Amino acid sequence: MNLALKDIRNNLGRFAFTTIGIGMMLMIVMGMAGIYRGLVDDATLLINHIGADLWIVQRDTRGPFAEVSRVPRTLVYRALSVPGVLSAREFVYHTIQRQHKGKQLRIAVLGLSWPQDKGDWLPIVSGRALGQNHFEIVVDKSLGLPLSETLKLGKDTYTVVGLTHNMVSSGGDGMAFVTLWDSQSIQFDAPAEAIRLERAARDQRGESNELFQSQPFLTQQLNLPASQLPAVATPALSAVMVKLTSTYESDRVRSIIAGWDDVSVFSRAGQEELLLEGMVDKARRQLGMFRALLTLIAAIIMALILYTLTLDKIRSIALLKLIGAPNRVILGLILQQALILGGLGYAVAYIVGLKLFPYFPRRVVITNEDLIQLAFVVLGISILSSLLGMWKALTVEPNDALMT
Amino acid sequence: MTEPNIAIETRNLNKIYGSGNTEVVAMRDANMIVHHGEIVALLGPSGSGKSTFLTAVGLINPPTSGEIFIGGTLVMNGPKPVVNVRSFRRQHIGYVFQKSNLIPFLTARENVQIAMELNGTGSREAKKRAQHLLESLGVGDRGDYRVIMLSGGQQQRVAIARALANHPSVILADEPTAALDSRLGKQVMELFRTVAREYGAGVIVVTHDQRTLDVFDMIYEMEDGAMHQNKTVHPTKAYFNS
Repeated sequence: MNLALKDIRNNLGRFAFTTIGIGMMLMIVMGMAGIYRGLVDDATLLINHIGADLWIVQRDTRGPFAEVSRVPRTLVYRALSVPGVLSAREFVYHTIQRQHKGKQLRIAVLGLSWPQDKGDWLPIVSGRALGQNHFEIVVDKSLGLPLSETLKLGKDTYTVVGLTHNMVSSGGDGMAFVTLWDSQSIQFDAPAEAIRLERAARDQRGESNELFQSQPFLTQQLNLPASQLPAVATPALSAVMVKLTSTYESDRVRSIIAGWDDVSVFSRAGQEELLLEGMVDKARRQLGMFRALLTLIAAIIMALILYTLTLDKIRSIALLKLIGAPNRVILGLILQQALILGGLGYAVAYIVGLKLFPYFPRRVVITNEDLIQLAFVVLGISILSSLLGMWKALTVEPNDALMT
Repeated sequence: MTEPNIAIETRNLNKIYGSGNTEVVAMRDANMIVHHGEIVALLGPSGSGKSTFLTAVGLINPPTSGEIFIGGTLVMNGPKPVVNVRSFRRQHIGYVFQKSNLIPFLTARENVQIAMELNGTGSREAKKRAQHLLESLGVGDRGDYRVIMLSGGQQQRVAIARALANHPSVILADEPTAALDSRLGKQVMELFRTVAREYGAGVIVVTHDQRTLDVFDMIYEMEDGAMHQNKTVHPTKAYFNS
């Protein structure tokens, strides 16, 4: 006869509510791990999907994901000249916040090197990749924009032609993919008045310059857009992505590029590590602290519940001792209840979590590894939390059954 | 060793609580012999030491000195147990108390069944025997009832069934009829007598109930911790004449 189950049957309502309570708490512990995994996944998503072997960034910076990095567009051609480099692409990445139909939209914009890169590598769930070099945009579903929706960014209007799933930035903002030129025109968009003022300022500077006074043709040039001025640099890139002919070339190519004084170079793993150590590390530690605290609280609550359950049947335990029940039967009763409570709580956490986590604003990724780890933690706290009840049960004398 | 037909024998049992100025002698030189199939009453006012004696014989509360033999085996030598008391209790002693003392989260049958299972009987066999035992005590139809749903008399019968579960050589009952009306009280006492006769157990019943004395083979009385046999009453004769 299983005394633990018989006792639970007798206190079914109370036990069920307790299990649900413990389950919800374990669900939060489970969710914390899932949120961390989601953070890591989101942070490394782009690096893993985009398929670059090396990242060339501004000298002494940690790359476009960690801080502002500016490299010249010509760097692409320099990189292509290195033996072992298969391809080199521009990388432009920035976050914008715009009002759209009365809602604030935070978008992480990534520029694709049209025509080599049309976004075919993107996990498109609806629609298609980019089909022309301007005014088309592929967005993540999390932004809530349907296909064919038009969106005004800067001075241009873009049409949504494709939808991706789970393509978000490390900050959790939905990503949007346009051609490189479009992304830069969005990034460096300036109001007409600002452009007019800049041209006026150029004119003023030219008027006081002897060279411009002697060569009127140059003065005419001052009225052209900045992008058409030969002496003005084209907008900078965030980084250059390099694909190698073979991964065996990595060290050699890296050492060559590292020798250039204006840039730093990172491998894919190095960029990923920088991301995790920089942006995600504090979040990881924060979530880790929460997990540890919640686990401890769950253990304390479980211990108190099991202790109370033991106190409730202390007379029955004394009676069991009186009629000759060995200690293993009595301790088994408490331990089994602890394990049932922990096991059912874990099941509640898993089932409710699966239903609830998809509604969280950030991605919650539950891995088998984390589930197994939590199962062992629950097993551990179940055993530990039953110790208090066991101690109480062991101290009860058979005589106590006779007390009125 | 004692005579083979002696179920319980105590020799010079003493129980002293506290020491020095706070010393209380709860039991002094208590001697008793109960044969198999015999039912013995233990009378006395409150605080006279009856329950102390009963819990000492029941291996629940060890005496300060003296010897206890059960079924001819020395089980307590002074405060030291000579046997594994919990295992010995399980196998040889049945208890019935003033309050029924059943496990509330079990049904009537499970309360009897658990005593058997603790003694190594298989679950299916224990269930069958427990039901049979309840039927023999007239509460077979209450087997699946929770303890709380049973009347006082029914609970006491279930407690007796549990006490009999492992065919004990000794049954100890502490005021088993205190919570019952006189008719039920008489029924329970007669049940003890039947059990003593049919199972060959030695039965000691602590009671205040003077109306049921005719059931007993022998009567002992306790006062201020001292025990003596009351030879002025011939209960068995009275029982058979009634």
